[in-house]
Amino acid sequence: MANIISDETIEYVGILAKLELSDEEKEQAKSDMGRMLDYIDKLGELDTTGVEPMSHVFPVQNVFREDVVTNGDMRERLLSNAPEQKDGMFMVPKTFD
Amino acid sequence: MAKEYETVIGLEVHVELATKTKIFCGCSTAFGAGPNTQTCPVCTGMPGSLPVLNKQVLEYAIAVGLATNCDITRYAKFDRKNYFYPDNPQNYQISQLYLPICRNGSVEIETKDGGVKSVGIHEIHMEEDAGKLIHDEWEDCSLVDYNRSGVPLIEIVSEPDMRSAEEVIAYLEKLRLIIQYLGASDCKLQEGSMRADVNLSVREVGAREFGTRTEMKNLNSFKAISRAIAGETERQTDLIESGEKVIQETRRWDDTRGESYAMRSKEDAQDYRYFPDPDLVPIVVSDEMLADIRSRQPEFRSEKMKRYKEEYDIPDYDIEIITGSKRMADLFEETMAICRQPKKVSNWLMGETLRLMKEKEVEVEDLRFSPENLAKLIALTDSRAINSSVAKEVFEVMFDTNVDPEQYVEEKGLKTVNDEGALKKTVEEVIAANPQSVEDYHNGKEKAVGFLVGQTMKAMKGKADPAMVNRLLKELL
Ligand SMILES: [Zn+2]
Repeated sequence: MANIISDETIEYVGILAKLELSDEEKEQAKSDMGRMLDYIDKLGELDTTGVEPMSHVFPVQNVFREDVVTNGDMRERLLSNAPEQKDGMFMVPKTFD
Repeated sequence: MAKEYETVIGLEVHVELATKTKIFCGCSTAFGAGPNTQTCPVCTGMPGSLPVLNKQVLEYAIAVGLATNCDITRYAKFDRKNYFYPDNPQNYQISQLYLPICRNGSVEIETKDGGVKSVGIHEIHMEEDAGKLIHDEWEDCSLVDYNRSGVPLIEIVSEPDMRSAEEVIAYLEKLRLIIQYLGASDCKLQEGSMRADVNLSVREVGAREFGTRTEMKNLNSFKAISRAIAGETERQTDLIESGEKVIQETRRWDDTRGESYAMRSKEDAQDYRYFPDPDLVPIVVSDEMLADIRSRQPEFRSEKMKRYKEEYDIPDYDIEIITGSKRMADLFEETMAICRQPKKVSNWLMGETLRLMKEKEVEVEDLRFSPENLAKLIALTDSRAINSSVAKEVFEVMFDTNVDPEQYVEEKGLKTVNDEGALKKTVEEVIAANPQSVEDYHNGKEKAVGFLVGQTMKAMKGKADPAMVNRLLKELL
């Protein structure tokens, strides 16, 4: 494995992904990530000089909608997915700005 | 000798666009609806839902770009900015990092010494707003309303070209006027349809490098912006003077306490891991699209000022004030279209309107009286159906409730009494009741007439034509 993932990196990625990993899971993730990066490195072997970065896989562009209201009130259906709700709103753990 | 410092300021201005629907779905953007009643699977981030760009958002963004001398990006796209926060249901905000719609623009502002300064615009990009978090003390939790989620925004990022609070305010006012003239937003700072974040650093005068900057948030008035700039300049200067380092961070301005504090870093660093949004296809701006938007650009302030000067015989100062707000210019032109009396319309706007706005603390956007009613009021005074002091009274009622002046004058019986016989009788009574003034008048005291006119007007409850009263008095004396 050419890519060695450090403990700090796996810790940081865990924070970004909001994941709490056990020591075992961390070791497993480190080796998985290293192998994935090795695989991606293969792409680096290609000569891409003069190749425009691709922004979309389909040859489609300019898909627009007109500025017309098409949706009505569907609060009940949307809230039916919420684990908890109150006063027509989604209830979440206390969050500060 | 003490070192001299200068403040370097750049702004990130978010403007909420005046579209009927959200940026990526057909939900209404109307204000004041019940929580989550204007939401759908797209703007609540339900798996499998697909965003589709509102064409009006693109057109507004391009129109603002053209009006601020930007290059329009012919091949633009959207990217995902990743972060976790409950007001952001997708766990990413759809924004533009790599190919924003507008770049390299500029806005000219007037400086204190009467000169002109160009403030560069780094870029303008399109993005979506987040939902609203409400803290529930009772349950000790937060509640989320996604009605604002997906409301279209443009973010206008300036270059660090400003050096003082005055320049910042001038830049914001200029930007606001351009956007209001375009009808792209009402740009109300208090209500959050225009929000400015201030990036500020301090350096020694003559230094080449910029100092470390901070970003100040939560500024919702021009006054708060000025105070925050003064406060942050002082804080950073003190740190530098005492040999400490300015830390690059986001700070929140507390305007009531007049100080800022570092916002709790949300555990993770600002690592947004942007990548192209695969749900949205690229935007290709054609020559036709650009020409079409360009042809629909409105008459901006400088053109309007020039035209007013040529077409209407009103003072330069009036022109400056009237064109200084889109709403005022619209009121002027719409009233003018009905009554064709520029001077009189301008007088009502410059006089009573400005006076009452100041007295009642009403913003120009919140003016209520219609052009139709102002034109009617002008017609009523022209035909001498009411005198000028009654007209002012009626205008105040119109200012508060947009009442129809014709109806109001009729109902309240405010019409001037043009019946010479009735007026003559009152004048005779006033003369009889004030022998002293009559004597004064005969002894050459012209002023006495004024007193007698006043007494007559009082007896007529203000509903007389003062010129007629004056004439009758002189005849009868
Ligand atoms: Zn929606």
